[in-house]
Amino acid sequence: MTIVPVIKRDYITKLAEQGKRIDGRTFDSYRTIDIETKVVNKAEGSARVKIGNTQVLCGIKMDIGEPFPDTPATGVMSTAAEFVPLASPDFESGPPRENAIELARVVDRGVRESQVIQLEKLCVSPGEKVWLVFIDIHILDYDGNLFDAASLAALAALLTTKVPVSRFIKTLNEKERASWQEQLKDIYRIPGVDEVPFGADETSTDKKIVENFPLPMIEPPISCTAVKINDFVLFDPCFDEEIIADARLTVATDNKGDLRAMQKGLSGSFTREEIQKVIKGALDNGQEIRKKLNQCLGK
Amino acid sequence: MMKSDMKLITDEGKRLDGRGPHDLRKIKIDAGVLHRADGSCYLEWGGNKVLAAVYGPREAVPRHTQNPLRAIVQARYNMAAFSVEDRKRPGPDRRSVEISKVISEALEKVILTEQFPRASIDVNIEVLDAEAGTRCAGLTAAAVALVDAGIPMRDIPVSCAAGKIGGHVVLDLGKEEDNFGDADLPIAISPRTGEVLLLQMDGHLTVEEFNQAFDLALKGCQTVSEIQKQAIMQKYQSVAAEVQE
Repeated sequence: MTIVPVIKRDYITKLAEQGKRIDGRTFDSYRTIDIETKVVNKAEGSARVKIGNTQVLCGIKMDIGEPFPDTPATGVMSTAAEFVPLASPDFESGPPRENAIELARVVDRGVRESQVIQLEKLCVSPGEKVWLVFIDIHILDYDGNLFDAASLAALAALLTTKVPVSRFIKTLNEKERASWQEQLKDIYRIPGVDEVPFGADETSTDKKIVENFPLPMIEPPISCTAVKINDFVLFDPCFDEEIIADARLTVATDNKGDLRAMQKGLSGSFTREEIQKVIKGALDNGQEIRKKLNQCLGK
Repeated sequence: MMKSDMKLITDEGKRLDGRGPHDLRKIKIDAGVLHRADGSCYLEWGGNKVLAAVYGPREAVPRHTQNPLRAIVQARYNMAAFSVEDRKRPGPDRRSVEISKVISEALEKVILTEQFPRASIDVNIEVLDAEAGTRCAGLTAAAVALVDAGIPMRDIPVSCAAGKIGGHVVLDLGKEEDNFGDADLPIAISPRTGEVLLLQMDGHLTVEEFNQAFDLALKGCQTVSEIQKQAIMQKYQSVAAEVQE
């Protein structure tokens, strides 16, 4: 980094001493968040999230493949992030660097550890075939706080994902179909309906209801990130704030107000009080973001 | 199901998506959609969704790539993993490397590279949703992004494809037409002079059919060119309105 961040640091800290930020926000407020889902037709689920000028696109693709030997009846998920050179003058093409891998892993952990996707319900035939869920995150415009934007985009995309049964039904044999139908009964208990709607099957003579199914999910936790610059704690850092930040803390909270994941980054430190401040801000902002997400999903 | 026997066009010249033989798919272009890029463009062309961003002119690195007499133009065409039916592995493959090369060369011809020795002009094209004709969409979007970045150019290049399906020469192939058609002919031109900047063909055409398809693609390019100019004008007008406020 060059001299520019040093000058900006002066400016940002001077403003912070007066309780201000460069874009006029208060310390614990977010920039405008905009969530748009179903933006990519070819994807099983997709979402574009804008937080201020930061723009992230997430697409979900699904496939049928082999389970891991130690979890033969569990679906498989994997997350990848691409810092495409479109998004910033500092991003270069080529295999993912450290920052892309960290981001993908943090998003992956947020989804995996809180068991947002009910992977145990994505088994087609135990030990042989399970659904694979690929979460691909594309950074389109980088103006800070990729953690929150990417996590939110991944959740919004997953929540709109339809399991592409119709595309894969032809690849399954009789046994696998029967097994998957049992699974479906379990997943989508529809009161009063014995016959579980099965996937589209053009070759079948008895035309059952033809439909792809929503990915089985539970209510997801929402991540909120704050950075520390000198003794100030700023939520949703923009690019200029992020590059001079001493420390960063991401806190994921669920709808009951419990903590579900945390990740500290950068070389600075937090005091106990500061951590509590971040947790409180994460709870408040998390509520707001959850509301927005549900609104966008039509709930 | 024998998809290759699929009837792509009726005897009356009606295509699968209801278009006539000389109709383009719906095109929408927005200039200046990204914050960090020097210039950018979002383009929808039928089911294609493409984003292009321009960075530069900036110092070319590594330094051995620099040309002491002019700027180098580096276009990079990349498909998102979720942009196609079966997930594409992230990163460049042989196809995208080739497309990047032919697009770079097409753009280089119209950019006044001699004004920026040792510099690089980087054009990044991201295909977010793909449905046949992504290279035409990508190049067309890249051209608008270059204008948005204020890169001096001789002309605004534009691209469009024609092809042959079920014995008919048609404009702008759709997905099934591309997969099961007889030939595909994407071209890019400098619309002011008619110079051809990119030309590829696969399939089978007679000389007569080639001439028809080529003329059709030229016409398509002129139509798309107008849409490009409108998008650029709209961007300038919105900036002018902001300044007046």
